[in-house]
Amino acid sequence: MHLETFNLYKHFTTRQGQLLVLKDINLHVETGQFVCAVGASGSGKTTLLRLIAGLEMPTSGKIMVDGKPVLGPGAERGMVFQSYTLYPWMSVAKNVGFGLKLQGVAKSLRSQRVAEYLDVVGLSQFANAYPRELSGGMKQRVAIARALASQPKILLMDEPFGALDVQTKATMQEFLLDLWRRTGTSILMITHDVEEAVFLSQRIYVLTARPGSIQQEVQLNLPPERTYTTRRQPNFQHYQDEIMDLLRTKPSPDIA
Amino acid sequence: MAPQHPQAPTSLKTRGRSRGIMPTVFWRIAEDIPPHLKWFLVALSILLPIGLWWFLAFQGAKFIPFPGEVWQALVTLQKQGVLQKDTLASCFRVGCGFLLAALLSAPIGIAMGTFASIRALCEPIIGIVRYMPSPAFIPLLILYFDIGELTKIILIFIGTVFFNVLMIMDAVKFVPKELIEATYTLGGLRHQVLFQVITPHVIPNILDAFRVNMAASWNLVVVAELVNANEGLGKRIELAQRTLSTDKIFGYLIVLGLLGLAIDLFFQLLLRLFCRWAVD
Repeated sequence: MHLETFNLYKHFTTRQGQLLVLKDINLHVETGQFVCAVGASGSGKTTLLRLIAGLEMPTSGKIMVDGKPVLGPGAERGMVFQSYTLYPWMSVAKNVGFGLKLQGVAKSLRSQRVAEYLDVVGLSQFANAYPRELSGGMKQRVAIARALASQPKILLMDEPFGALDVQTKATMQEFLLDLWRRTGTSILMITHDVEEAVFLSQRIYVLTARPGSIQQEVQLNLPPERTYTTRRQPNFQHYQDEIMDLLRTKPSPDIA
Repeated sequence: MAPQHPQAPTSLKTRGRSRGIMPTVFWRIAEDIPPHLKWFLVALSILLPIGLWWFLAFQGAKFIPFPGEVWQALVTLQKQGVLQKDTLASCFRVGCGFLLAALLSAPIGIAMGTFASIRALCEPIIGIVRYMPSPAFIPLLILYFDIGELTKIILIFIGTVFFNVLMIMDAVKFVPKELIEATYTLGGLRHQVLFQVITPHVIPNILDAFRVNMAASWNLVVVAELVNANEGLGKRIELAQRTLSTDKIFGYLIVLGLLGLAIDLFFQLLLRLFCRWAVD
């Protein structure tokens, strides 16, 4: 898997005129990598992910997945949203299997795959529960299982733990890391939480705000096995401080 | 401003404010009441009007029959088979007209809510026509379709179809955009989003729209029967007026109310059976 964006620009037309949201975004994700894009609100990070998901089209530039341009949404780029996007009338198992149903996967294979991914996210005993009976963290695990069931080339995550409380968030981060290690899925996640980004990823793109552009790419040299003790390591703190400083410094204004 | 009493400078404080919200059972906002109080009030809601009615009859008020007389009138009509025939006739008209409206309004409403293009195409004309009171169509309907069952069915159809459409259209607007986008990222196609996401999501709202607009159908069937019919609940009320049989009128009004209530409960039952995810 090779995801790459080339000189992505995105304008929105507002009442005040043209608004530049994303400016010259060049990033890439390779097979099995966990990459984060960190930015404050207004950095256009959600827009960036929506472009890659194919839910919106860039004003200019292109996105390639394995050499093929992204022209619209598709199951090979699974997406997990910040808000819980489960189908309320379907059981957990039906939710997880819905992507496969849409793609016309035979029922027997479907139920096999559903059981498999419910096990991956540890929700096998909730297969027949309905979304409203689940907690926030469990809902996001169902959403992750649903995206993974289609076996996407890459999983796109838009602040998936933004709505969770601190304890659940920490649990879900460790869960996601474990899941990533077991499944080998490539992940591109956007977040405003610097600690989360450092804890989870191998590489971080730091975005500036208004317009969003990549300020710096930070390669993290942290042990692959990460637990809550990782957060206490001196270089973990160092990376966090470095990225915090980057987010605080204003880039020199363009003379254009 | 009212003159301040010099000797009551603390009156504002002692007038309950400092003690916060007073405890209450009856006036609690958005909270349940104890079951015994609930059932007492429910019984009161029915028995009080009946008691008042009986009292008025007892006072000898003009054209107010005793509840017992009304019951007797209904029993007599039932024994003659008239009550069943009237009920059946009215139910048939409402059933046909409403079913026709339901079958048409569900797909149109969903399409208008889903596609801005269909909305632009249909909303202006529906917006105008729905403000034309359907009883005003009666003269034309009689000219076009003659005085028969068809006229009555079409009248009910006209009176409910547009409201159904607009309520269903509005329901589609409340389908979360993220749910639709999530479906696209799962590989969903446009028709799959329409039939497998939007449609199931609005089914509870469709049932609710039907439930609300059913009341309009009952109004219109009586209007249609007053104009012309051989039998029907509305027709019988009109015939009873000629002979000043207020006992029959009272009886048929109660029958109309109970039938409406039964249909309402039926739709609520459907909702509980098929859309359990949407009920509380």
